[in-house]
Amino acid sequence: MDLSLSTRNVSGPGGDRTVVEVGGEIDVYTAPKLREQLVELVNDGNYHLVVDMEGVDFLDSTGLGVLVGGLKRVRAHEGSLRLVCNQERILKIFRITGLTKVFPIHTTVEEAVAATD
Amino acid sequence: MATVELRFSAQPEHVRTARLVAAAVARRAGVDEAVLDEVRLAVGEACSRAVGLHRSHGITDPVEVVLSEEEKAFSIEVRDEVPVAGAEGSTPVPGGRNGTDEDSDAEGEDEMGLAVISGLVDDVEVSSSEEGGVIRMSWPTTPVTLLP
Repeated sequence: MDLSLSTRNVSGPGGDRTVVEVGGEIDVYTAPKLREQLVELVNDGNYHLVVDMEGVDFLDSTGLGVLVGGLKRVRAHEGSLRLVCNQERILKIFRITGLTKVFPIHTTVEEAVAATD
Repeated sequence: MATVELRFSAQPEHVRTARLVAAAVARRAGVDEAVLDEVRLAVGEACSRAVGLHRSHGITDPVEVVLSEEEKAFSIEVRDEVPVAGAEGSTPVPGGRNGTDEDSDAEGEDEMGLAVISGLVDDVEVSSSEEGGVIRMSWPTTPVTLLP
């Protein structure tokens, strides 16, 4: 399965949030598409991102690298990048790489949108 | 004895094929269903790393994946043709580029891939020689039994 991406803007208590809904497989082949999308969003001035990973079937270290890159970009603008994920097999990859300490991970998009620093 | 061997040109789009084949062969070999996700991820990481190494070193030879069903284990070897990559015995590359700072980005991703593999797989060996690098991983298998 290929990667699917869609974005929408949602207003939260802390201001506007851009929700990026990702579906399919994020791997060495598809990760560049996600990278481009995140770069484009940041270049367009969207600095508070919520990446919804509920539709992701597969994630590898290339995908992790892209998410870390996204975080670096939004932080340069004092922004945020929050993840939404409930899937154990995806969460496990964040745990073994220690990235659960780097990304705020939420159980719902609503919770992520409502979160403020 | 090798059960299935797969050779693919170092293109990112083929890594998914390698994952699917590895998971299918592992399932047949009797690797526990709960572990198949790990097999899929680990072989994907090893193949992505090999593809990255081949591409960054301009190597046109294919990446090789050997899936072996052993007596009580299932093993996967992913072989690249880049001689220096390993940590131990960093032999000089004949006609290749030296591992200098210019590769730091690619190497960073390699390390993340290896970190994922070592976090996932208990039995893993990374080695390199003049012929290239090998990541060897294995998982225990359980004989297929029917439910009563």
